[in-house]
Amino acid sequence: MAIVEERPVEEEEVEHELHEVWEDAPGIPGFFATVDHKRIGMRYIYTAFIFFFIAGLQALFIRAQLTVPDAEVVGPEAYNQLFTMHGTTMIFLFNTPVLAGFGNYLLPLQLGTRDMAFPRLNAFSYWVFVLAGIFMYTSYLVGAPPDGGWFAYLPLTDKVNSPGLNLDFWGLGVIFVGISTTVGAINFIVTTFKLRAPGMSINRLPIFVWSILAMAFMVIFAVPAVTLAAALLESDRLFGTAFFDTARGGSSLLYQHLFWFWGHPEVYILFVPAVGMISMMIPVFSRRALSGYVWAAGSLVAIAFISFGVWVHHMFATGLPALAMSFFSAASLVIAIPSGVLFFVWIATMWQGRVRWTTPMLFSFGFLLIFLLGGLTGVMVSIMPFDWQAHDSYFVVAHFHYVLNGAVVFPIFGALYFWLPKMTGRMLSERMGKLSFWMMFVGFNLAFFPMHVLGLFGMPRRVYTYARGLGWETLNVVVTVGSFLFALGTLLTLVAWVQSRTRGAPAGDNPWDADSLEWAVASPTPHYNFRAIPVVNSRHPLWDQEPLPEASSGDEEATRSLGTPGALDRATPITTGLDAAAEETMAIPRETYLPFLLALGLAVFFTGLLVEALVVGVAGVAVATLGLLWWAWRTEADLV
Amino acid sequence: MTTAVAVAPAHSRRRTYPLGWWGMVVLIMTEAMIFAGLLGSYFFVRAISPTWPLDHIEPPELARISLFTVVLLGSSVPIFWAESGIRKGNQRRLRIGLLLSFLLGASFMVNLAFEYEELHFGVRDNAYASLYYAITGLHGLHVFVGLLMNLIVQIKAWQGKFSASRHLTVEIFGLYWHFVDVVWIFVFSSLYVSLHIP
Ligand code: HEM
Ligand SMILES: [Cu+2]
Repeated sequence: MAIVEERPVEEEEVEHELHEVWEDAPGIPGFFATVDHKRIGMRYIYTAFIFFFIAGLQALFIRAQLTVPDAEVVGPEAYNQLFTMHGTTMIFLFNTPVLAGFGNYLLPLQLGTRDMAFPRLNAFSYWVFVLAGIFMYTSYLVGAPPDGGWFAYLPLTDKVNSPGLNLDFWGLGVIFVGISTTVGAINFIVTTFKLRAPGMSINRLPIFVWSILAMAFMVIFAVPAVTLAAALLESDRLFGTAFFDTARGGSSLLYQHLFWFWGHPEVYILFVPAVGMISMMIPVFSRRALSGYVWAAGSLVAIAFISFGVWVHHMFATGLPALAMSFFSAASLVIAIPSGVLFFVWIATMWQGRVRWTTPMLFSFGFLLIFLLGGLTGVMVSIMPFDWQAHDSYFVVAHFHYVLNGAVVFPIFGALYFWLPKMTGRMLSERMGKLSFWMMFVGFNLAFFPMHVLGLFGMPRRVYTYARGLGWETLNVVVTVGSFLFALGTLLTLVAWVQSRTRGAPAGDNPWDADSLEWAVASPTPHYNFRAIPVVNSRHPLWDQEPLPEASSGDEEATRSLGTPGALDRATPITTGLDAAAEETMAIPRETYLPFLLALGLAVFFTGLLVEALVVGVAGVAVATLGLLWWAWRTEADLV
Repeated sequence: MTTAVAVAPAHSRRRTYPLGWWGMVVLIMTEAMIFAGLLGSYFFVRAISPTWPLDHIEPPELARISLFTVVLLGSSVPIFWAESGIRKGNQRRLRIGLLLSFLLGASFMVNLAFEYEELHFGVRDNAYASLYYAITGLHGLHVFVGLLMNLIVQIKAWQGKFSASRHLTVEIFGLYWHFVDVVWIFVFSSLYVSLHIP
């Protein structure tokens, strides 16, 4: 492939022209105006990891405080702020967006298209995410970080009991960042249904695409509930309404219902894309196709559905009617079935293949072990009498870290080693990767396994210290040592990541000999993704279709954008929903400041609400509305 | 080496729906969940309350809002008419239909303002009052946004920017407007009708 000199002159001209058509404006303007899904996806990942390290630092402070009894590393107020911001950051500002980042980068590539369905909305959702994160963290600057726990239950969080700005940063921030998640989900759904390479029928979608699709649908139906919970909470706090005020006929239990109607599916919103990543990596390193593709895809969809029927298991201790709680307990147990199916799909794939123990495979395997334990303790807390025992103890902290930190973060780290080479063009060091994995794996289990025991011994969560002589001393030291080991392991990956940029071996198109379409293009991916859109007739195009056929442009509206002329036109084909036949052509917009301005308008609006300054709020709405109007006005040109 | 192949386009008789239309459909799903959540909250609080409306507040009267329900639902009809017009390239039907729908929607908003003015309770009085204002207010906001969208589409229509083959904006707007109307049926039955049937 490296015979550039022998290429005909024409060929070079085409390359040059493609570059002209696709390259963003250089410098600051391009930075703020880009709509390229690859730049946006990587930014999502970078930004989310900054939040990961911030929240990790908070966790280390928590653990430092809890290492020995009666410690005074931080006081009770600071401790409340630490675990609240740790949980909130991990869920809202790291886990959700980092998966959106991978989705953004990979979805168009795996589908065989040149961008997302709504590139400008894509940029908008990124800017909203960053600004919402900054918004929440300015709380530290004014000395009022949220301190009501990551689910902010009432009456603790009403205006009487929490008079400061702390909870307002939380409530408004949650609404703000929810806009980003929702807009992102709309984009994922439409892209998956309408922008696929010809021939990529629904039964040929890569499993990762299935997982992103299931995640996006969960977002669409779940996020409105938490937005509502936070909005009504803020309304009570700012305008004195009575939604959750029991003295005026409101209900604080209502808040819990609204919150967990989102809160439980949220766990699966995080878990399902992680499962999708695992299901892409295990087959590649087992050198065979996933055993039971249909079972895996079906299980993902089943999990998405069932996850909406279980939220009350977070409220077993609230005294709801027994019959209702039994129903939710049973439903929670049912979710073990599709999870079990997935588990057997992975085991069978490895069993029937020949496993290569690369770093991504190690992380996948570590995930399997951790997920097994997290799933088991999940079954335990689904059973009411056990939950009453374990409620608000460290047992629960252990359980959800096995799920959130183990079963979601391990796949994400594996995915870094697997897909960063595609994004940057450089391999990460396998030696450091393996070392990092072992430190993380050992550290993880040292940190979180003993928490089960501590919980059963009665150690409560969210309490900033404990007395001597309760028999908790040794285990708490172990937990803290494990936490620091885990943190060091993650740092090592950061080092490997940075180092790869200068010293990593060139990745080539397909370093892992993988099967999906993102590996058909150069690394790093060219701006236009595919010069000509590939034609797919297999679930594993790169394994079964050698050479990979490329579509050529026809004269009709439907086929005009398929070949190189389409790439030169900044266009990409729209295909039919189920069988992916070419249907129409979409124009990919150029850079624009609009998404950034609109997000900025929202930030001003939320700041206005925060400080209860009418002018500021109105100014924000005005900016956002003008932006929207301008957007609506300009849009017509590129709509067919 | 790669091979170039010609791809046959999807030739089907059925209408194709462009991306923006799909985007609006998904947006409507998530918006519908917000209203479902609010109405769910309303019935949740109502179920645990000793009296409803709370504190024997006098609920808004039924007769006038029924009239304006007809007005709002009626505002969807000119949109259908306008859409079927522009599909045949009829500019006049498009313009008049949009204008008519705008006027009907706007009069619904005027009535909402009057109703707020006349009510005997304020948003802070109790949970019933808060829910009442939140639900009608959010719906009103949607009508307002719909009117703004109508304005944009209408300006474009009077400038003659649409044609039989290019009128996606009209259809996307129509979808949204019908959604706002359908939501009102639920709001109307929960907040008004259900309080007046014994
Ligand atoms: C560096 C690894 C981590 C360590 C050492 C750690 C440690 C802890 C500890 C000790 C607590 C309990 C504080 C208390 O109740 O007193 C906690 C709470 C929590 N953690 Fe982590 N954590 C880590 C990573 C994560 C990750 C990756 C997530 C999710 C993606 C996460 C989500 C949460 C949540 C939601 C809470 C509950 C906060 C609350 O009670 O409001 N943690 N963490
Ligand atoms: Cu749950």
